[in-house]
Amino acid sequence: MAKFAYLGVLAFCLLGTAWLEVLLKTRVYRRALRLACSVFPVVAIYTVWDAYAIAAGHWTFDARFVTGVTVIADVPFDEICFFIAIPICAILTLEAVRSARGWLAGDEGDQA
Amino acid sequence: MTYTALALLGVLVAVVCDVFIARTKLVTRRIFWVSYCIIFVFQLLSNGALTGFRIVRYSDAAIVGSATPVDHAPPMFGDGRLMFAPFEDILFGFSLVLFTLTMWVWLGRRGMQREPHAGPPHEIMQRILKRK
Repeated sequence: MAKFAYLGVLAFCLLGTAWLEVLLKTRVYRRALRLACSVFPVVAIYTVWDAYAIAAGHWTFDARFVTGVTVIADVPFDEICFFIAIPICAILTLEAVRSARGWLAGDEGDQA
Repeated sequence: MTYTALALLGVLVAVVCDVFIARTKLVTRRIFWVSYCIIFVFQLLSNGALTGFRIVRYSDAAIVGSATPVDHAPPMFGDGRLMFAPFEDILFGFSLVLFTLTMWVWLGRRGMQREPHAGPPHEIMQRILKRK
């Protein structure tokens, strides 16, 4: 089970923000296309950064605490999940603040 | 390039994307900074777990502080670290968050799934928020 430690931290982040969709009605998961289009470039760019950092020896992963599955250029599957999970949490937070406070983000269109 | 240099470059690129390329100018908005502060607190927690338990280890050639020790946890504060993580991770996280939110808001500005918009909060939350 220890090898799911990294993914466990990400699960904590996703579960910790999931209630915002329900109680603050962030409607982020409901806008799945916009969410996917926002997250995809992030995954692409930061995976390249990660691949470079791993190749250059900037950081390493404890083999006991990651799944051991690598996707491309020695980048762990766990890291790819990080680049998906954390952006989702960030967007949920922004929409939660907007819902709670009504502040503008500049994408409101006519209703702004 | 070191992690320190890349992390600084990442912040610069994310700000340039936000202000000059997408022109979302989130760094001028209160909603961004309040959201970022909330995210920052939770970054300290979750990234503190990843770095404190040494799931991720850093080379001293890449960061300002020392390498993650082989047999014990890195310092919680000091030696270029904050909540066990190299301070470079703060910059990395900032660029990741700003770039993500820039993409999200930029797509919204272009009309992609502007609706259904966020809020108003559930009745239970409205009561809690009003009390504050």
